[in-house]
Amino acid sequence: MSADTETNRQSDSSTLPPQRRPPGGVFSPRRAALTVRHLRTDRWWLPPAATAAGLLAFIVYATWRAFAGSHYYSEPYISPFYSPCLASSCPAMPGGARWPIFGSWWPLSPAVIILIVPLGFRMTCYYYRKAYYRAFWSSPPACAVAEPHATYSGETRFPLILQNVHRYFLYLSTIVAVILTWDLVLAFRDKHGSWGHAGLGTLVLLVNAGLLWTYTLSCHSCRHIVGGRLRHFSKHPVRYKLWGWIGVLNNRHMLLAWTSLFMVGFADFYIYLVSSGAFADPRFF
Amino acid sequence: MSYQARFRVWRGDEAGGELTDYEVEVNEGEVVLDIVHRLQATQTPDLAVRWNCKAGKCGSCSAEVNGRPRLMCMTRMSTFSPEETVTITPMRTFPVIKDLVTDVSFNYEKAREIPSFQPPEGVAAGEYRMAQEDVQRSQEFRKCIECFLCQNTCHVVRDHEENKAAFAGPRFLMRQAELEMHPLDARKRRAEEAQEEHGLGYCNITKCCTEVCPEHIHITDNALIPLKERAVDRKYDPLVWLGSKIRRRTG
Repeated sequence: MSADTETNRQSDSSTLPPQRRPPGGVFSPRRAALTVRHLRTDRWWLPPAATAAGLLAFIVYATWRAFAGSHYYSEPYISPFYSPCLASSCPAMPGGARWPIFGSWWPLSPAVIILIVPLGFRMTCYYYRKAYYRAFWSSPPACAVAEPHATYSGETRFPLILQNVHRYFLYLSTIVAVILTWDLVLAFRDKHGSWGHAGLGTLVLLVNAGLLWTYTLSCHSCRHIVGGRLRHFSKHPVRYKLWGWIGVLNNRHMLLAWTSLFMVGFADFYIYLVSSGAFADPRFF
Repeated sequence: MSYQARFRVWRGDEAGGELTDYEVEVNEGEVVLDIVHRLQATQTPDLAVRWNCKAGKCGSCSAEVNGRPRLMCMTRMSTFSPEETVTITPMRTFPVIKDLVTDVSFNYEKAREIPSFQPPEGVAAGEYRMAQEDVQRSQEFRKCIECFLCQNTCHVVRDHEENKAAFAGPRFLMRQAELEMHPLDARKRRAEEAQEEHGLGYCNITKCCTEVCPEHIHITDNALIPLKERAVDRKYDPLVWLGSKIRRRTG
């Protein structure tokens, strides 16, 4: 027998439970006596670290642009961060979604008003919940890696029980997606308002609108509302078919969440460059 | 190709235990359970392990291999390099009985708490008729082999022993979802029961149950999230509540 016994060889102090934490979870008395939080040998920390880096980068960029309040409109393009524009400080946008519901008393950038909708939609999205629970709250950091918290109540109480409002943000986000699609239609004009023209900005807004629609439609709440809530698909063939199509998109919800997030930031950045004069929008026709 | 592999196997019982090192022969095409059997045959005949079919269908040989919840019979040795030390421990969420064998009775207790299928009134057994598209959603969940890897990896109970009383775990919330979606189940309020009595709200949809499922059931996307959405319908959405009062729909 070539056994070489060594008790708890992996008891690295960095992997021990927090000192004040009562022995529980994987350290509970009747469970296998192991002093380590996990025994994973792969790079389990990489996905949550990459998620945190990606989300933080977007948060930093979006915060800067949302509060900047400038360089968000260059006819015929409007940044998706600022549409619909609901403050009286918005510039004249022929045909665009400029509805100054918030008067001159509104002291901040117009983006701050409307960004609450996509922010709420993504914050309560089932994919992003997984992403930030893992990346920012380590709950859990990865599968079979013990979390650092002494107690856990999940989404059973305030504030996380508010995640259940997700479908209302879906409704609002659908309205915003319609408006951004109208912005795309307006982008088929030139600077003088003549129709039948397109530039690189038009293409950017087209991809952005497409990704926003597919992300919105692939939402789990959308899948439920369209057909998932039914018990008898056979009585609702149209909804059954739609449910199936949305299921195909839903399988790619994570991919669509990231690509649409990147694209909405890129679309805003492109319009910032054009509006500030740093880049001249190439016209295709 | 054969080689001598280094293994570390947790040995012990409720009173305590330790990781024990072994060197053992590995041959081409073998799985981790083969190596455990070779250990039993050649070095340590008292090593306790639960197994049965060796084909990934009985759900008996659940354990943790290099810290990841896996079926030992479905974990090929070719996924490890010959230089790698392979660590095998019992599932860490359940009380250990001996070595790699755990007491999974928690799961049987939770199974008993889920109300069984309730046939519709006036339809006798043998007279059930269902359209295929109505039952195929819940048929995915019938693939479950009850290996309890999802229960083992779910951090709600893995990291919080105190939640075991309130939380049924993904496997049994999936059972509740299966019956909630069943076209002939006559029991009302399954979604509310899942939320109020079986701890659905504890699930923060971090998808570890789906990641470890050897049957590749989309537990989170197809069972837990739809069940959460149905709970929202009946508990938190005033529009749906209003709609149900105006027009009774059976769906």
